[in-house]
Amino acid sequence: MVKQESESANRPDNTAFTQQRLPAWQPILSAGIVIPGFVLIGLAFIGIGVALLVTSRSIQVLELDYTGDGNGSPCSSCSQSTTVNCKCSLNFTLDTLFQGPVFFYYGLSNYFQNYRRYGASKDDNQLYGDLSYFTSPSSSCSPYDYDGSKNPIVPCGSIANSMFNDTFTLTRTVSGKTDSVPLDGKGIAWWTDYNVKYRNPSVTPLKNAFNGTVKPIDWAKPAYELDTSDASNNGFVNQDFLVWMRRAALPNFRKLYRRIDASGDYQNGLPAGNYTIDITYNYPVRVFNGAKKVVFSNVSWMGGKNEFLGIAYLVIGSLCVVMSVVMLIVYAKFKFPDEE
Amino acid sequence: RTFNLSFRYANNAIKTSKYNIFTFLPLNLFEQFKRLANAYFLFLLILELIPQISSLSWITTGFALIVVLSITGVKDAIDDINRHKCDRQVNNRKVDVLMDGQLKNEKWMNVQVGDIVKLGNNEFVTVTSERNSPLNLVYVDTAELDGETNLKVKQALTVTGELGDNIEALAAFNGEVRCEPPNNRLDKFKGTLTVNGERYALDNDKVLLRGCTLRNTEWCFGLVIFGGPDSKLIQNSGKSMFKRTSIDHLTNILVLCIFGFLASMCSILTIGNAIWERNEGSVFTMFLPREPGIDAPLASFLIFWSYVIVLNALIPSSLYVSVEFIRLGNSFFIDWDRKMYYPKNDTPAQARTTTLNEELGQIKYIFSDKTGTLTQNIMTFNKCSINGKAYGDLYDFSGQRRTERVDFSWNNLADPKYNFHDHSLVEMVRSGNPETQEFFRLLSLCHTVMPEEKKEGELSYQAQSPDEGALVTAARNFGFVFRSRTPETITVVEMGRQVIYELLAILDFNNMRKRMSVIVRSPEGKLTLYCKGADTVIFERLHPSCNKLMEVTTDHLNVSDGLRTLVLAYKDLNENYMIDWKQRHHEASVAMEGREEKLDELYEEIEKDMMLLGATAVEDKLQDGVPQTIEQLAKADIKIWVLTGDKQETAENIGYSCNMLREEMKDVFNQMMIVFCQSEAVTAYEFFPHPQGARPPLWEPLHYGVLTDDLTPIPSSLHHQAFALEKNLRLELLRTACMCQTVICCRVTPLQKAQVVQLVKKYKQAVTLAIGDGANDVSMIKAAHIGVGISGQEGMQAVLSSDYSFAQFRYLQRLLLVHGRWSYIRMCKFLGYFFYKNFTFTLVQFWYAFFCGFSAQTVYDEWFITFYNMVYTALPVLGMCLFDQDVNDRWSLQHPELYAPGQKNQYFNKKAFVSYLIHGCYCSLIIFFIPWASMNDAVRNDGKDIVSHPSFAFLLQTCLLAVVHTQLCVDTYYWTAVNHFFVLLSTIGYFAISVTMYSNGMFYVFTSSFPLIGAARNTLNQPIVWLTIFLTFLLCILPVVAIRFIFIQLRPTINDKVRYKMRTEELPGPAPRHLLRRRSTRSGYAFSHSQGYGDLVTSRKFLMKRSTKRAPLFTQTDSSIFQNQPQHYRTIAEEAEESQSHKL
Repeated sequence: MVKQESESANRPDNTAFTQQRLPAWQPILSAGIVIPGFVLIGLAFIGIGVALLVTSRSIQVLELDYTGDGNGSPCSSCSQSTTVNCKCSLNFTLDTLFQGPVFFYYGLSNYFQNYRRYGASKDDNQLYGDLSYFTSPSSSCSPYDYDGSKNPIVPCGSIANSMFNDTFTLTRTVSGKTDSVPLDGKGIAWWTDYNVKYRNPSVTPLKNAFNGTVKPIDWAKPAYELDTSDASNNGFVNQDFLVWMRRAALPNFRKLYRRIDASGDYQNGLPAGNYTIDITYNYPVRVFNGAKKVVFSNVSWMGGKNEFLGIAYLVIGSLCVVMSVVMLIVYAKFKFPDEE
Repeated sequence: RTFNLSFRYANNAIKTSKYNIFTFLPLNLFEQFKRLANAYFLFLLILELIPQISSLSWITTGFALIVVLSITGVKDAIDDINRHKCDRQVNNRKVDVLMDGQLKNEKWMNVQVGDIVKLGNNEFVTVTSERNSPLNLVYVDTAELDGETNLKVKQALTVTGELGDNIEALAAFNGEVRCEPPNNRLDKFKGTLTVNGERYALDNDKVLLRGCTLRNTEWCFGLVIFGGPDSKLIQNSGKSMFKRTSIDHLTNILVLCIFGFLASMCSILTIGNAIWERNEGSVFTMFLPREPGIDAPLASFLIFWSYVIVLNALIPSSLYVSVEFIRLGNSFFIDWDRKMYYPKNDTPAQARTTTLNEELGQIKYIFSDKTGTLTQNIMTFNKCSINGKAYGDLYDFSGQRRTERVDFSWNNLADPKYNFHDHSLVEMVRSGNPETQEFFRLLSLCHTVMPEEKKEGELSYQAQSPDEGALVTAARNFGFVFRSRTPETITVVEMGRQVIYELLAILDFNNMRKRMSVIVRSPEGKLTLYCKGADTVIFERLHPSCNKLMEVTTDHLNVSDGLRTLVLAYKDLNENYMIDWKQRHHEASVAMEGREEKLDELYEEIEKDMMLLGATAVEDKLQDGVPQTIEQLAKADIKIWVLTGDKQETAENIGYSCNMLREEMKDVFNQMMIVFCQSEAVTAYEFFPHPQGARPPLWEPLHYGVLTDDLTPIPSSLHHQAFALEKNLRLELLRTACMCQTVICCRVTPLQKAQVVQLVKKYKQAVTLAIGDGANDVSMIKAAHIGVGISGQEGMQAVLSSDYSFAQFRYLQRLLLVHGRWSYIRMCKFLGYFFYKNFTFTLVQFWYAFFCGFSAQTVYDEWFITFYNMVYTALPVLGMCLFDQDVNDRWSLQHPELYAPGQKNQYFNKKAFVSYLIHGCYCSLIIFFIPWASMNDAVRNDGKDIVSHPSFAFLLQTCLLAVVHTQLCVDTYYWTAVNHFFVLLSTIGYFAISVTMYSNGMFYVFTSSFPLIGAARNTLNQPIVWLTIFLTFLLCILPVVAIRFIFIQLRPTINDKVRYKMRTEELPGPAPRHLLRRRSTRSGYAFSHSQGYGDLVTSRKFLMKRSTKRAPLFTQTDSSIFQNQPQHYRTIAEEAEESQSHKL
């Protein structure tokens, strides 16, 4: 019937598409592909796992909790008082060189920066430097949009209001002599945040832009005075502010505080010696069972220390190999008959 | 006209469209929101607009809803535009209308009630109308209305008939019609016409209905009574029942389950939130104060609704749209299939319903009509036995098929389409053998066929039944051309010589007599009775001198290979006896009491001592490929029941010829056949082997006879009764029938067909398919899950009410085994994958809840949520579900057993659903916890932190898409270029869209809408991110691959086997078409007359009507023979015959 090529109006087109004869690749899960595939993937995983683990092991991390829970800990007095700018210090000793570049983090745990209402409590337009949002902050900032006397708060919202306000200085004691370790606070935030997302209004001096607004309730200083030492590190583009505003996805997180400035003695990182961290203790975490810590770490090509990934790769790689053996046995034993 | 217009009758314009430009939007939206899913999304949208609850911007749902609504809206709009076009086409047809004293060509829609219209031959009747015509008689064919193609006679009132075609008279005609209000009864009409103060009754015989076609009538004038929507055709085009597939039902149930699942998840999270608020939130207030006026319990309550929003993707909004889309695509593939296109009448297969495709892959029972479905309803004169010599065997002694046709060119009146292969018969006729000539003379005289000769030599016959047509056509080719008839004469061209016979009487056929005779006087004055009928009946009435011939003929009949046979006989009559007989016949026919009995006696008296001439065998031609198709379907474990109105012998015969019944069935346990019939004589046959094999006669009529309503126990373990359908033995019947391999039901009325279908549907919970071609199959087509119409000869009624239609029965195997199976697999894959991907997507959010204080914080970016179903994953899954084939069509046909999983509903059921749920759960765990573990405290390789919410979200999104796309790749069996393209497009599209959305530009333009700037850039350049993605997705995919591999090895399904085989072997050739030589020696003793309306015969109503219609053809007004006719030929026949004779 296909032969008949008469003119028929209703005759369907003879194309591969309409006749469902499109050329196609029809893979099937044959032993020749699956078993070697598993072996290869397994071996590759083991390889990657080893590399990751080795890299991860080479990374040095130093974590120091300074919440001040126990009575013995150095900051326990500060953690119990409500004194502003309470001082305490932590001591630690490095036996060997802490290979640089070294990064100095602060960490919080059980802190829900990812809580929905918390996360929404900011005004992107305001932070982008749009002056019209200075006088009327978005309602999403509520209750930190206006203060008690109906003055607009800038920067508004819970995130800004709850900005981390402990400060740290690091000193090294070498043979009785104390030497303050140079810390670099430049470029610790994302480039996109610093250059694109956050912007100060183009008003000079910056202070004038904030006329008629009040600082966030829990802040000690207004936004334009965050860094007295560097005029360009103020307002919304203050690096510490930017780091804080990049809210963490998980309740336990660490945020970059400073980099150890690789200069002088610290060219190669933190040399061996006794170190003291002087802490200005302001941030209350014990009320919500949180914890605070400082972390020193260096990084590799894969970022910070990450044991999990290496182990996971190793385990899964091995499982793949085991699986391929199992499949081989099954295949050899039960290989389904060609004839039904 | 103006007067009539004032009444505002419905005009003749019809409107099937639903909307116009202005009403489209509101009405269509209203229609759409009546659907549960859409209403649900509207509800979500409202929730999202409440700021306290809204955990997502309203755009996410709004976007999906708008896309869904607009796709459906466009589809509805296209449908409606088509309907508008259709309406316009019908409304703009032209008809002659009598206006202001002359005929004007008007559009249909401008015809008004009260107009007088003129109709010509072969035109559709415009309106329900009452009319007059030449000789007051109109022949119509009502194929469009009820599927009957035979001619019906309609007759005008004499008072209007007298007007003739006199335009002035018609224009001046002034009358008033009073009639019943519009209704949908096709067989009833009541009204009166008042002309000049006189009232005339109008009944159904005096109106023409819209949808009829005028035949054999030059012109006719009619008065329009009902127009457009009031006409009976439109009133009758009832809304067909909306059919849903079992998958649809299952999906709806599952969606409800998911609702429950959603509610319980939200409850868990609400409780979690309450606990969190008490333990953590209450002490966290210094960073995050509570909103004013909302205390902890209320906050938790609001969280419930917030999570309803967050987790709403469990109930996929695009599910229904995509399902419709896939079905539509698969329907198009059916429409486009060239292997289901029948070139002879240019008919492609047609999926008239686009919502039932996957059901085609689950058919368990097929109910088939016989006539026109299994058979072509074309009879061919195939064999005969004349005077003890058989002719026409297609096979000579060496078993070779004779191929060369007999050349009939010597006969210029021969029908060129006629085939005959035995040359000896022609030689016999041409040599003037008297028996042979007498044989064909009988065929040319003894029948009720009407000839039509439009041009000299171009004869065509209008036969009551195809059998008769076949016989008369045969006689025509063998040189006995039936040329024309008048009520008193029959003109036959005998071997080129015109002979006019005087027709003295027709002793018509009926069911009890099983024969018909004519009495004619030849030009030489010889009186002869010619009789044809069933062998049993005729043999009883033969002259004893024929005994020997009778034996020979009986032998011939017994090897007639399932053909429909008739025995022919004649008798010379004595002039005196004839006069006497006619006198008695006249008396009998006017007798007031026992008229029929008296007539029967008379017939009996004259039809005896006849001389045997021979026998004819007519082949009821099966359609091409029917036995092979049935064999294939049987291999696919589909049960085929034949439901036919025919008699048992015929049905049985067809059973043998199409391979449903086989001789060897008698020996095999548990194969049997039941033929149950219903009419006055009910036969219940069982073909049931005794379990112990103790009873040797297996093929035994267990019960035969006239049944009354009381139940006669059958002497076997089974009690079953022909009245089973009405009685409480239904189940017994069903049980018995289901044990049989083959079930043939005969003598079934249309209603019973539907009852049988419903019986199986109800008690077997199986998917049923009914296939038929005629109006009598409509009920069964509508009753079954899927109705298939054969677009063949018997009118369009079956096709119009069917879901699928094609031209040949054999396409059924392709429809089911290829398209049905594919559609089913595709739909199952789609649903499974769709649920899987949405579970995975949503459950990740569920796990995240435990890490964000149950605050209904979404783990993904809002834009991702918006685009996930609609953009990122929409195309690949559509690609898979439109093109996927596990094995191609040839392999599907080669291995009908591939069909079985569909029947058992193996690919998508509750169990499968649970497995998808578990799979989704597993994947979501991996997708959440692997990144969680590897990102905990992770930093970038420049020391900056990375675990910010946007970058974590971006990581999870990427993992999720990698996993679901790869899963799709694993599921796809058939990778066409389109699939490759879709998968690539979606993957690249995802990255492109993400990078764009997180770009500076978007942030500059829409600051508040795209706050996640930089997430992509700052994440994708980290090796640790890529390593995590890689790990996550392999961990999701590898177990699936391993498990599938092991299952293929351990417990391969039939699909795996065939796929494996396909790999290793070459493509099979087209399925072998072995020609099965029928092995049966049973012959059907079919009578030409019962064929064609056997099913109608069973319902007495039709029979009655039929008789009145048949009558006019043989009745005569003023000849004495008229008196001889049975009394039920009513008087209206007078005019009928009058016109007939004039026309001739």
